[in-house]
Amino acid sequence: MHDMSAHVAPHGAPTSFIRKHVFSLDHKVIGKQYYGLALVAVFAGMVLSWLMRIHLGWTNFAIPGLHFLSANGAPGNVMTPEYYLQLMTMHGTIMVFFVLTTAPFAAFGNFFLPIQVGAEDMPFPHFNMMSFWVTFVAFLVLVSSFFVSDGPTLGGWTQYAPLSAIGAIAGPGQGLGVVLWATSIALFCVGQLLGALNFITTTLDMRTKGMSLMRLPLSAWAWFITSVMGLTAFSVLMPACILLILDHMAGTSFFVSSNLVINDQLQSAHSGGSTLLWQHLFWFFGHPEVYIAIVPGLGIVSHVLITNMRRPMLSHRVLIYSFGALAVLSYMVYGHHMFVSGMNPYSSLAFSFPTLIITIPSTVIVLIWLGSLYGSKLRINTASLFALGFISMFISGGISGFFLAQPSIDIMLHATYFVVGHFHLVMAVAAIFGIFAGTYFWFPKMTGRMMHEGMGKLHFWLTFVGAYCIFMPFHYLGIAGNVRRYQAFVDDYLQPLIPVHRFITVAALLTGLAQFIFLYNLIHSRFKGAPAPDNPWEATSLEWTTATPPPHDNFAGKLPVVYHDPYQYGIESSSGDYVMQNSPERIKTAYDEK
Amino acid sequence: MAKIFAVTIILIAIGSAIPILMHTWTLPQDISVHGPLIDEQYSDTMAEAGISFLASQFLLAFFIWKFSHPQPGAKIRNFPGGAMGLVIAAFLLVGTEVLALGVFGAKAWASVYFTPPAANAMPVQVQASQFAFYFRYPGPDGKFGPLHPELISEANQNFFGLDTTHDPDSKDDIVTAEMAIPVNREVHLLMHSKDLGHSFFVPELRVQQDFVPGLDLSVHFTATKVGKYEIVCTQLCGLGHYNMKAYLEVKSPEDFDSWLKQQAAMQ
Repeated sequence: MHDMSAHVAPHGAPTSFIRKHVFSLDHKVIGKQYYGLALVAVFAGMVLSWLMRIHLGWTNFAIPGLHFLSANGAPGNVMTPEYYLQLMTMHGTIMVFFVLTTAPFAAFGNFFLPIQVGAEDMPFPHFNMMSFWVTFVAFLVLVSSFFVSDGPTLGGWTQYAPLSAIGAIAGPGQGLGVVLWATSIALFCVGQLLGALNFITTTLDMRTKGMSLMRLPLSAWAWFITSVMGLTAFSVLMPACILLILDHMAGTSFFVSSNLVINDQLQSAHSGGSTLLWQHLFWFFGHPEVYIAIVPGLGIVSHVLITNMRRPMLSHRVLIYSFGALAVLSYMVYGHHMFVSGMNPYSSLAFSFPTLIITIPSTVIVLIWLGSLYGSKLRINTASLFALGFISMFISGGISGFFLAQPSIDIMLHATYFVVGHFHLVMAVAAIFGIFAGTYFWFPKMTGRMMHEGMGKLHFWLTFVGAYCIFMPFHYLGIAGNVRRYQAFVDDYLQPLIPVHRFITVAALLTGLAQFIFLYNLIHSRFKGAPAPDNPWEATSLEWTTATPPPHDNFAGKLPVVYHDPYQYGIESSSGDYVMQNSPERIKTAYDEK
Repeated sequence: MAKIFAVTIILIAIGSAIPILMHTWTLPQDISVHGPLIDEQYSDTMAEAGISFLASQFLLAFFIWKFSHPQPGAKIRNFPGGAMGLVIAAFLLVGTEVLALGVFGAKAWASVYFTPPAANAMPVQVQASQFAFYFRYPGPDGKFGPLHPELISEANQNFFGLDTTHDPDSKDDIVTAEMAIPVNREVHLLMHSKDLGHSFFVPELRVQQDFVPGLDLSVHFTATKVGKYEIVCTQLCGLGHYNMKAYLEVKSPEDFDSWLKQQAAMQ
């Protein structure tokens, strides 16, 4: 704990439009910029998923206007097999990197971490600005691949070698498309590394007087743990992407073995590389990435739930330790993506047990949530509905992990829609429910206006039911042996499953439409919403102690002093059933562990 | 609204479980010797996961129902046993569960991967390529001739790159576009990819194994039921990935012998 003013690179309130809204050093503006980027990305990714789903339900259906996106990819508006794979790759890449990583971590974390620790900004504001703009350029580079000769890469967001490394001969988009993909992701890694550096130093060095580590809100803990994961995971993916680019541009063979014959041509330019090396490097990043996407959600949801349960969690420490356990174990389990890859089968067991063990901290987290709901005074609003929906999704998506953690069962379920259902529920839908919970909860503080509750609840109901209608049937398809990443189902045994795909497509279209209610609510409330008071939810953490929206230096020149644990609810105080962290008032009854 | 939400969660949980309980969609029929262990492991996991899923969702719904409308002046109450009780429960219940699943699952895995093929297992080589499988049988000499990558040619239908002029072992090798095996005889499948990553998946055979370019792998299995099954690729390999398939015919020993002779005659 320090007086943080000595540690921030000094920067006064900006006066020009450019410095205020574009190249801003203010963590709050950068947080909003990340949120805006994620918003654009998530709608782009969703439209891509619509196109894919329509194609999977009705393979020869002409989608009006699709040829404008790609004349070659959709002649007569009917998607070609390769274009399906290209859209699928872009959907996965956009969603995993530019939505699930940026929104819960970079957007909310940037805006609220410094305020929650009681700082006036992050310690390296220029790095912070650079972090966003490098990420923005990464997004542009990725999207630009839609407009190059043969379109974006078709290799999936995992970009397995040698398909990704051998060049254009392997298929459309496998030349320049891959180079742009790898460049984009390498840039993205740079952005996230700069962000992680700021998050870690903010948490460790910028806490205000009285803000011990255990007094940090759970959301701050989640962002801190995520930033540590990001520092180690992205620093592996970035060089892997550079090696992939070198295989394309510099004639190296990191990921290409000898004597490959493609299109009847011996690929003599390459020799001696390892195709499994890419998988190891990718999944060493890829599995922690799952937790980079979901741990901020665990923190945000805990933070939102506590406020709406009017009580602290049964144990603050146990949740923090469980988040930490997830982070540590996430590096020991990555091989479960590779059970049938040709990796040594003994190592499959070595990866299987930690994967099974990771269910223990996950279960602890769920049980602490459920145990804390018991005996609470639960307030139902859009934010708490999404937080509770998150728990339901996290349970559903997490439990299917029992199957995939076991190599023997993975023989049947690997690369099927069971995996698609599993990771969408636990990593995508749950994480997005966390983003929604955070949005409805923090929007007043970020903008000074309230979101419309009626529209919010309608959005919740349609999304909650719709997401289950989409993603639960994926598990049934996988059990029946439906392989993923097929643009059409030509195998005899897949024919009976096509009606299920059509049901999912209709559900996806309707659930996607419901997201426009959210978008309308977001934009309308930003300009026309009811003015928000400083603390509309009667919450306790430091972001609610300052003005709405917070001033440039967060606390108007006077840093708060912290007197309490973050969640002093269910007590008797002059303000009601809670005491804010910066209130010197003595607490009569506390429900935190002591 | 909270009560409607609670009921919705319960309906979704039950609705999700019904297709599993009704066996609307199940694992494809098993036709392998090692399959029952995998299926048993799957069933045990489904039972444990299903109970955990329903119990957690019901508990979530029940607490939302019960604690969202507190009486005026109601006090916050702690869960009996507190956090420590729940942590111990998680370690004991889930810890035991995952340990059991892990140990028994390892047994099923070992039955596939930790045992060598029998000495009399029938060798078959499979070559994967964009976007087809080809199969090779060693012929009467029981030996495969060497592969020459520079000779591989779809145009010349030399899918394995065999040099039948110079390699005596290659002369009697039998190359086919479909795979046939005799029922109840172990097969040792030698896997080679000529170009990219692919996979060999026969759901009924309980076999899925990736092809790794530059690394020849093998699996072994015994089919127990005569019939025709599909071999599909599960590793994204390019634009025709969805259409990369072949058929596996499990035949009686007599039918297999005559099929092999027929194929040899066509070389």
